[in-house]
Amino acid sequence: MSKIPYEVYTEDVEALSVLSPDGEIINKAKSPDLTDDQLKELMYRMVFTRTWDDRAVNLGRQGRLGFYAPVSGQEATMVGSEFALDKEDFVCPGYRDMPQLVWHGLPLYQAFLYSRGHQHGGQIPEGVNVLMPQIIIGAQVLHAMGIAMGFKLKQQKHVAITYTGDGGSSEGDFYEALNYAGVFNLPVIFFVQNNGYAITTPFAKQTAAKSIAHKAVAAGIRGIKVDGMDVFAVISAVREAADRARNGEGATLIEAVTYRFRPHSLSDDTSKYRTKEEEGQWNEKDPIARLAKYLEKKGLWTEEDTARVKDEAKAKVNEQIKKAEQTEKMTVSGLIDSMFETTPKHLEAQKAEFQK
Amino acid sequence: MAQMNMKEAIRDAMRVEMKRDPNVLIFGEDVGNAGGVFRVTEGLQQEFGDQRVIDTPLAESAIGGMAVGLGVQGFRPIAEIQFVGFIFEALDQILVQAARMRYRSGGRYHSPIVFRTPFGGGVKAAELHTDSLEGLIAQTPGIKLVIPSNPYDAKGLLISAIRDNDPVFFMEHLNLYHAFRDEVPEGEYTVELGKANVVREGSDVTILSYGLMVHTAVKAAEELEKNGIKAEVIDLRTLVPLDIDTILASVKKTNRVIIVQEAQKSAGIAAEVIAQINEHAILHLEAPVLRVSAPDTVYPFAQIEDQWLPTPARIIEGVNKVLEF
Ligand SMILES: Cc1ncc(C[n+]2csc(CCOP(=O)(O)OP(=O)(O)O)c2C)c(N)n1
Repeated sequence: MSKIPYEVYTEDVEALSVLSPDGEIINKAKSPDLTDDQLKELMYRMVFTRTWDDRAVNLGRQGRLGFYAPVSGQEATMVGSEFALDKEDFVCPGYRDMPQLVWHGLPLYQAFLYSRGHQHGGQIPEGVNVLMPQIIIGAQVLHAMGIAMGFKLKQQKHVAITYTGDGGSSEGDFYEALNYAGVFNLPVIFFVQNNGYAITTPFAKQTAAKSIAHKAVAAGIRGIKVDGMDVFAVISAVREAADRARNGEGATLIEAVTYRFRPHSLSDDTSKYRTKEEEGQWNEKDPIARLAKYLEKKGLWTEEDTARVKDEAKAKVNEQIKKAEQTEKMTVSGLIDSMFETTPKHLEAQKAEFQK
Repeated sequence: MAQMNMKEAIRDAMRVEMKRDPNVLIFGEDVGNAGGVFRVTEGLQQEFGDQRVIDTPLAESAIGGMAVGLGVQGFRPIAEIQFVGFIFEALDQILVQAARMRYRSGGRYHSPIVFRTPFGGGVKAAELHTDSLEGLIAQTPGIKLVIPSNPYDAKGLLISAIRDNDPVFFMEHLNLYHAFRDEVPEGEYTVELGKANVVREGSDVTILSYGLMVHTAVKAAEELEKNGIKAEVIDLRTLVPLDIDTILASVKKTNRVIIVQEAQKSAGIAAEVIAQINEHAILHLEAPVLRVSAPDTVYPFAQIEDQWLPTPARIIEGVNKVLEF
């Protein structure tokens, strides 16, 4: 290839897509190799996640959940990306990324406990390779880089994946992590879910770059952009990034263009910054409907299946929220004891004050 | 026993621990080949290889965040922040991420990290290279804070810090790196975190301090002795957790206390120590506890550094005040 004399990388990039909105494979070469059972499992997880999200929003309104960030619309990015990983791979999430944690092994009732502000929500079971969700935007991107460094030093062929949003991709920590990943050639995937808004700030006001994927160029890592409403494109991109990472070919930044159907959190109003028209256009790209069309054509899925999964999900959510509600409350003593491995004397004294 | 200055003692602590435990890693800006801007890690990369003593790109938040990630992976990182004023770039990772890991995960993960950084005035360094930022660290729950004043303690405290399963912020006074040599045992020994050291016994007044100021306090105490005043000098060594028992024992003996810190006066370590003395021993005091410190300004440019920092004369003045109260 000939060299461009001065400019670096100014062309638009097209997003990778595999599955058309009406459920046709349009890019056979990049279509992930999935068995019928895997396809059905994928669909199951996406429908389950949508139902859980619906329930969580209601539970939030009833005061039975605390902080909760809705996910509907992002099932392809969340469920799909996790689906492409191995159990040993490490997931470093932001506050919205509960589905990845649960599908990677965190019990659902613990997700609810996290939301309700209970420490046990973050007590990840042994063997489940995830961190608890991060509130400081961008911080987890560095942790994933450090965890990937650990895999590399231990010579384990695992991958760390981390999630942030289009807003998160503006943080200094994000750039520092990409740069380190490039320099140390680390097995890490930076997965940016570009859902078009950071609370209310639209993507156009977030960056003047042609795409978030472009940001990989400056760090010397691989950058790709995918259609985040297309679960096959997501799986394909993450699998390829993970394979490369395991082969010692280093980090990948994946920008997945997606949309959250609901507001940023339970407490804001989308009508102030989004139009009904825009919302309607994105509804047509619904990742679940798209996969359903494909599966129905293959005779692998029916509307009854969707109804059945919804019922199962509702029952499971009810059971798990009850379990969360019945979990013994955190105590101030427990809190004090969680500051250090061995509680120092001054904290023992403060604990005694609270136990009076 | 060997004779070592504080820099060599700190290096020796790291060497001993790296030999003992393959999970101990060192990283930061220029720590590898060059051995750091003060040569504290000199020779360690040659000895342990570049997979264990790692030169990082210039980005402090990433140094902190990499330490947190590696801690989760079971490593014991020693992360160097090249100069204290640059910890601001990494404070989220140090004070929020590392210090909260145990709490946020209900004990599932922890941060067995040592953050090392040089600090300390009197060396006419560039702006933001010397500030005493320990108060900032001390206010945050979940992190320990150590400031050694001599080579023996520095090695023993650093070994304890490396073995500790919680994050420790370890501050090394620039003016002590080469100040003097001490007998320092070869191999392993520890100085327990959270234990102060009575450097000099006395019965008339207690001078509490840490870091370089311990030596300034000893000089003041020697002067005072010439006038028949016996000052007890205590080196706090660990600021979190604070050894309040040793402090109180001395307060009960001398009934008069001053605290000497290089840092600005308000809302810092001295204020905290005074609050605790009030809480536990107010009836043992014959005079209010005074602070001898820098004034509440930004750290000055080099020209007036010497006037700004506490001197033996100002300590003596403080002692006289509490004696005459
Ligand atoms: C360091 C930091 N700054 C600001 C916030 C407040 N905040 C929470 S979410 C958010 C927007 C994030 O947008 P984006 O990264 O696009 O993620 P999305 O929620 O859209 O998935 C902001 C500004 C924060 N949590 N952390």
